[in-house]
Amino acid sequence: MGKEIERTGIPVTVMCNLIDVAKTVGSNRMVQTVSVPYPLGDPELSPEAEWQLRTSRVEAALNALATPVEEPTVFPSKF
Amino acid sequence: MKAIHYINQFFAGIGGEEMADQTPVFHDKLIGCSMMLNAMCKPDIEVTNTIVCGDNYITNHTEEALKEIFAFLDTKEFGIFFAGPAFMAGRYGVGCGIICKAVSERYHVPVITSMNEENPGVEEYKAAAYIFKGGRKATFMKQDVTPMAAFAKKIAKGEKLLPAAQEGYFPRGIRMEIPQPDGIMAADRVIDMLLKKINGEPFQTELIIPSMEKIPPAAPVKDLSKATIALVSSSGVVPVDNPDRIQSASAQKWGKYNIADRDNLPEGVYKTIHAGFDPAAMCAVPDRGIPLDAMRYFEKQGKIGKVYDWFYVTVGTGTTQAFAAKFGKEIAKELHDAGVDAVILTST
Repeated sequence: MGKEIERTGIPVTVMCNLIDVAKTVGSNRMVQTVSVPYPLGDPELSPEAEWQLRTSRVEAALNALATPVEEPTVFPSKF
Repeated sequence: MKAIHYINQFFAGIGGEEMADQTPVFHDKLIGCSMMLNAMCKPDIEVTNTIVCGDNYITNHTEEALKEIFAFLDTKEFGIFFAGPAFMAGRYGVGCGIICKAVSERYHVPVITSMNEENPGVEEYKAAAYIFKGGRKATFMKQDVTPMAAFAKKIAKGEKLLPAAQEGYFPRGIRMEIPQPDGIMAADRVIDMLLKKINGEPFQTELIIPSMEKIPPAAPVKDLSKATIALVSSSGVVPVDNPDRIQSASAQKWGKYNIADRDNLPEGVYKTIHAGFDPAAMCAVPDRGIPLDAMRYFEKQGKIGKVYDWFYVTVGTGTTQAFAAKFGKEIAKELHDAGVDAVILTST
């Protein structure tokens, strides 16, 4: 899906857990998520820590959208 | 079981390029390679009719051609439809693809054809029809008709159909579960594979991902603080009543839901219908799947201009690449029309 959207010129950051799969299917901007059942959260964490985790990953994804890339690139996040 | 066979002007012996505009002709007596096909299909299947149509006519006047052919087929009883073989003839291949797809959709019967791998009809129609791997030119006629007939006979007799690679047609992008092939359990197979890998021997994955065309990275957003950003997801997070009835696995559609008045996706209002993982954590906090709350936070901070008023979602488990590509194209069009600058796509 992301590829077809990107093909039309709209940059896409794919946030997923299995980064290798995202690379295989041709994503160009990627941020790794926490897990499959809760990509952007963690029920084990306190609400504050979970919020920090989610905003940190989303911020990394937003920054990726504003960053030029030449090839498939994984953007790290703080939390 | 009865079958009907579609061929082009050349293989009907009407003529070549000069007759490619020929409108459909319907024969109650078999002509051309239909006779060979019928001989090979006996006694399980009887090929009753040959339909002939010019390659230009079906490819350039598809709607009219299909209308005429449907008017004929509506009066016939048949359980299988054949077209070709088309070898490497491009327009013939596309013509076979067009008619096979249309017949399959209208009459819900198996549709069988044959093409060379270089025929452009393969890429376009391999998901819609059984396209057997054929030779490059008409000297392969007998060789190419043989597997078409053999496969049709298996269908007619209700025999077990094997995966594409074993039957000899181009993979259709359909995944089937085969419990314990050859009676060997998954743990044994995966260790066999690992040992082969360690020993540098060739091995075959059971989850084949077709080789991928690379898309050059899109240019970055110039100014995030002025950008409209859309959320797209394969997490299956939908309004709690799943109004579009999106499938929980092997999805064949997507939905879009308005979030203009929402700061987050509350529990009980949204949930995930994804059947590929334990949904409890995501149902409790749907923003764990589609992080609207975090996006709103960055919108309020002024880091981004705007969160687009709709999110787009489907279910990613078991969904074929053909459907995923279709969804992507459809969603991309909407995003362009709405002036969306960039996308965050969350998947599981």
